[in-house]
Amino acid sequence: MSDALVIDVAGLTKSYGGRRVVDNFDLQVPRGAIYGFLGPNGSGKTTTIRMVCGLLKPESGAGSVLGLDVIADSLRIKERVGYMTQKFSLYEDLSIRENLEFIARLYGLDRRVARVDQALIDLGLAERQAQLAGKLSGGWKQRLALAACMIHEPELLLLDEPTAGVDPKARRDFWDQIRRYSAQGVTTLVSTHYMDEAVQCDSIAYIAYGKKLLDAPTAEIPKKIGLACWRIAGRPLQQAQKLLEAAPGVELVARFGAEIHVCGHDGAAIERAAIQVKREQPHVEIERIEAGFEEIFIYLMAESRDNFQ
Amino acid sequence: MKLPRIPALGLPDLDLSWSRVFAVFLKELVQMRRDRPTFAIMIVMPILQLILFGYAINNDPRHLPAVIEMREDGPMTRAFLASLQASTYIDIVAVSTREDEAEAMLRSGEATFLISIPAGFERRIVRGERPQILIAADASDPVAAGGAIGAVERVAQQAFATEFEGPLAFLARTPAPYEIVVHRRYNPAGETAFNIVPALLGIILTMTMVMITSIALIRETERGTMETLLATPVRPLEVMIGKTAPYIGVGAVQVVIVLLVANVLFQIPFTGSMIAFLLGVTLFIFANLMLGYLISTMATTQMQAMQLTFFIFLPSMLLSGFMFPFQAMPEWARMIGETLPITHFLRLVREIVLKGAGLTDIVNDLWPLALITLVLATLALLRFRRTLD
Repeated sequence: MSDALVIDVAGLTKSYGGRRVVDNFDLQVPRGAIYGFLGPNGSGKTTTIRMVCGLLKPESGAGSVLGLDVIADSLRIKERVGYMTQKFSLYEDLSIRENLEFIARLYGLDRRVARVDQALIDLGLAERQAQLAGKLSGGWKQRLALAACMIHEPELLLLDEPTAGVDPKARRDFWDQIRRYSAQGVTTLVSTHYMDEAVQCDSIAYIAYGKKLLDAPTAEIPKKIGLACWRIAGRPLQQAQKLLEAAPGVELVARFGAEIHVCGHDGAAIERAAIQVKREQPHVEIERIEAGFEEIFIYLMAESRDNFQ
Repeated sequence: MKLPRIPALGLPDLDLSWSRVFAVFLKELVQMRRDRPTFAIMIVMPILQLILFGYAINNDPRHLPAVIEMREDGPMTRAFLASLQASTYIDIVAVSTREDEAEAMLRSGEATFLISIPAGFERRIVRGERPQILIAADASDPVAAGGAIGAVERVAQQAFATEFEGPLAFLARTPAPYEIVVHRRYNPAGETAFNIVPALLGIILTMTMVMITSIALIRETERGTMETLLATPVRPLEVMIGKTAPYIGVGAVQVVIVLLVANVLFQIPFTGSMIAFLLGVTLFIFANLMLGYLISTMATTQMQAMQLTFFIFLPSMLLSGFMFPFQAMPEWARMIGETLPITHFLRLVREIVLKGAGLTDIVNDLWPLALITLVLATLALLRFRRTLD
């Protein structure tokens, strides 16, 4: 077990009602990394995160978090981990300040008032500190939740879809904050559905139906998947889409507004399909493009569903 | 169904669509069916309660414990005791020759009656001196005592009637050659309020303490804050103490209010030891808080918690000796009663407030309360899950 690994778990398994929600899951997260955790809804991301922070007991599997045994030492892990739940789970009938002070007391922190003051300033919550948490908008709630899980200066942050339902500006600010923490040496495991957030991660683990399908540094993923993509632009596209879906070698046809991205592993086949469309629908433009994360993950999701059935 | 509307008067819109009513009705049915535990409680509880209370509650008190203070041991008095016992109205739990011993049993509630037969009873009967048999009844509960006193008086007379035969037949005359004197102890005027008001303190405390704490954890779960709590290093015992402690204060306020009202409005005397009372009431509050907290670890919705609270609350009223005489219940019902904190509290509060009991008199009520608290707290801690599993 290397000291450089903050999360080092292997074989984590959890079932509900006979269904394996997380199946034999391995994960190695090095210190200071921002690790993205992607996958469709219900794929087991939340369950995995909860097992890592000791909120759920794995049926089998073992490993260490921050050098502590993930099963036996869960209480000591909790002291050094900050966990932000998917759903806002602070007290809506307490003010921002009261929430933070409550959490600070639970962790038995010294200089409590000073820490809460600092957290309020860091996250721009100082003026709103007397406001009830329940009255905050989504973006502010999320800031408060982040402040609450950072108050005890954890070495590992577990963020479960922290930006779901938050406006783009607030999401941007949130990620700036995460990068600042990362620069200070805090390790982050963050689950998300947003591709613009995924690309900001150092590495990405992709999980679907309980199984990890991909785990690689973000920059290597497009090459690893090896999708060839063409863009078909112009209106109308209905007919073009039908043609593409029927064409041999096409594995993914994804509509993005006024354009279609058509992808597959066989580059020549995709090119033939694109040219065929151009011939039959002369009004469209076709162009070869690099496969983006959006295409890659839609492709992975479609693939995993096939595996599941 | 179209009816004219007068919006200015704010009358409800009576433009009903039965298909919409039906939609809501169907949805409610489906949701009710999905909530299996609540559904089960709704069906099982009434059945259980009917059986429980139907058989347990008995207003005709029998087998009331009596202590006999016997100053004379002769054939006539022994026959008298045998007839008393045979009447099934009273059970002789002790025969003593010492007055203080017998009195102590009455005060501690071990005996409901003290029947005192004076020295030289038989001789004085034959001489026609009309000796007195003293029946001292614990009348702190005047309703329960009322019926029993009449019955015991009748039984005593019948017991002698069979004795006055043969050579003693001349004694079978009116007025009887002896006199039965009944003393109503602790509440001589038979004021119902004297009994009910201190007992109401127990009912009020049970109701509020159990109900408030029964949703303590459920509220965390329902609002999703349980996940935050569990993600911190907080220990189950810390949660339990921290969550229930504030209500000790609420209980204390209620105690003060009830005592003031009891004193000012009902002029109920407080004759016993205040320290014994405070100790007893504190233990009782603890027991109720733990009971509520245990419910909170078992129920999954506030609705279920309320149902379970009532499941505790009804026997607390009916099987504790609050509404019906405890001694009149069958053995099994009394055993259920003994497991309820309020049964022990009712005894100790009556002993202290009405009978002037001190700390040593209520030890028998204190340790069961402490035991119940401990058992409930342990169960609650075992039920508390440290994880979201």
